Amino acid sequence: MKMTGAQAVIECLKREGVEVVFGYPGGAVLTLYDELYMANFPHILPKHEQGAIHAADGYARATGKVGVCIATSGPGATNLITGIATAYMDSIPVVVITGQVAVSLIGRDSFQEADIRGITTPITKHNYLIKDVKDLPKAMKEAFHIARSGRPGPVLVDISKNVFAAELDFEYPQAISLRGYNPVYEGDPDSVDAVYKELLKAEKPLFFVGGGVNLSDTSEIMRKIIAYTGIPTVTSLMGLGCIAEDDPNYFGMIGMHGTYAGNLSTTETDLLIGLGVRFDDRVTGLLNEFAAKAKIVHFDIDAAEVNKNVRSHIKVIGNLEWSLDQLYRKIKERPDTEWKEQYRPWKEKMVTWMKEKPLVYNKETQRILPQAVIEKISEITRGNAVIVTDVGQHQMWTAQFYQFKQPRSFLTSGGLGTMGYGLPAAMGAQVGTPGKKVICICGDGGFMMNCQELMAVADLNLPVKVIILNNGYLGMVAQWQRTFYNQHYAHSCIKTKTDFVKLSEAMGVPAIRLENKEDLETALEKVIASDSPYLVDIRIPEDEDVLPMVPSGARLDQMIMGG
Amino acid sequence: MKHTLAVLVENKPGVLTHISGLISRRAFNIESIAAGYTEEPDMTRITIVVEADDEYELEQVVNQLSKLIDVIKIIDLTGQDRVHRELALIKVTAAPENRAEIVNIVEIFRAHIVDVNKETMIVELTGEEMKIDAMCELLEDYGIREIVRTGRIAIGRGPISAKEV
Repeated sequence: MKMTGAQAVIECLKREGVEVVFGYPGGAVLTLYDELYMANFPHILPKHEQGAIHAADGYARATGKVGVCIATSGPGATNLITGIATAYMDSIPVVVITGQVAVSLIGRDSFQEADIRGITTPITKHNYLIKDVKDLPKAMKEAFHIARSGRPGPVLVDISKNVFAAELDFEYPQAISLRGYNPVYEGDPDSVDAVYKELLKAEKPLFFVGGGVNLSDTSEIMRKIIAYTGIPTVTSLMGLGCIAEDDPNYFGMIGMHGTYAGNLSTTETDLLIGLGVRFDDRVTGLLNEFAAKAKIVHFDIDAAEVNKNVRSHIKVIGNLEWSLDQLYRKIKERPDTEWKEQYRPWKEKMVTWMKEKPLVYNKETQRILPQAVIEKISEITRGNAVIVTDVGQHQMWTAQFYQFKQPRSFLTSGGLGTMGYGLPAAMGAQVGTPGKKVICICGDGGFMMNCQELMAVADLNLPVKVIILNNGYLGMVAQWQRTFYNQHYAHSCIKTKTDFVKLSEAMGVPAIRLENKEDLETALEKVIASDSPYLVDIRIPEDEDVLPMVPSGARLDQMIMGG
Repeated sequence: MKHTLAVLVENKPGVLTHISGLISRRAFNIESIAAGYTEEPDMTRITIVVEADDEYELEQVVNQLSKLIDVIKIIDLTGQDRVHRELALIKVTAAPENRAEIVNIVEIFRAHIVDVNKETMIVELTGEEMKIDAMCELLEDYGIREIVRTGRIAIGRGPISAKEV
């Protein structure tokens, strides 16, 4: 079939099942946009390219589908960098299509030229520069395949402007042949047997669940294993939601702001089983004393993750769908009562820790505390909303106090820690899950980094709810300055008290301000029940800390406690 | 410990950038890197000499490089019976009174003189790194103007080729 490169791009999107793209037009992609227009292809226009990439990322996290983002050459493409890096760190499947200047102009510092392939090499799973229209269908096919398979990640396809106009005889490749890319789905069954043998010996096993369980949609089988054996379970920030918070075997998030019981359990466990985790420094604390008494088992699809940070005794490489299924079959060879009996003293110990020092905050104060806001939102939504956060204190309070029930219900920039992520990601998540309540919780600092996307939310009348926990500070920065830098609040105080209600209304999103504790419940109920977008500016105290806290570089049981 | 890796990659533009970018980003200690065409037109072979403190460090280098889509295969030639060579071109000051001595050294090392002018000679030498180092040390007495070395290339002995391993 004869068609132009631009038509071919759209044809490829259709063949890959893409339902919507997030993009921003510009010179190098005008031909493509003309075809999008003619094909009436669903397209969402954010107000900044960074909004487009975060939205595609939020869409992918909420739905499990590949998010697609389009931008023009040069500044359009470079505005995507933070979002691509965000997706890369959290292994989110995104295909990014950028326009490039015409082939004849490449390398001449032409108008709006940037070497986006070179720039994105360290932050993409793979990338392409298409200079010949003949290469386009194959590259698009590979891009989607690479983005969604194995350990997912962002793939960038940079397409020269003239390629969009050039004609080709379109044929979409049926099969993929990439000699250097064969993700291991089914690994070595012996490795699972080895884990089984360790479980038989262990007295204090601990499941440590990460984002990989979310990404591979394997929380169901994982929950079965936990329920059958009664093995105590903790999660990383990215693993929240994989296990319901009210599960009796769940003991919270671990790491810098993890629970007392969770963090203590890592120092006491004799068998730590990581499922789709990276052992990031925010979670391990002092690396060489992390889980020092334990044998460490690492389940991951990416062999390069094993022994990167923490030395593992057993590695189980492969898709969790395969490995957890194998493990489930193995453990069922023994009655569940025996497993539970074997681990009962250990679990009781953890329950005691949890009761001794639960997550607490001052419930008596007349001021609105952020933790209370999160608990209230959790109550109203019964843990069933899609919660999107920005980065900082509010993110940690959300992680600590929202009672997550479902996988893919907590979208946050965990690895890169990108301020400004929340609002556009919530927009993408709402586009992908129109039937769900999508709530963006952010601080007053991060909100301003991409607040322009309120306009996009209003354009589409997306019922996203934006909750700003407003303390007039860059809260997490201020907390560190308060704790470790002699209360030198170096540029963390936001001097201009922006009227977020007016700002929101000016952009077309209704908004309210909350200052009194007694209004909290009714106002939040009204806002969350509403079918339109809404912004709530909540004034919280400026000196509330996120606790517990493990100081950077300390061992996980060396926590500063709250309460 | 030094390890010699044979890295088979797709012969496509940008592959070397991906590899060198990854090496610098992950802060791997690379001593040399040499790339060239192979018996297959769509494949490039890169020989990387990497310094790794322990097996975990080496494992990381291999695993991270393997993740690159265009890397087809990596073979660690270190423990294997192999041949490795490097080529060096050395421009040495060769005053008329020293030329005979230099020619002598060149012969002892089974090197070649590939260019001569009134002031200098260019010596071409192939061998293992130590041999090249040794010759350079001797030639230093006469004044070395410039040296260019290819970095190590390596190939396993026996009938089996790296792509078949």
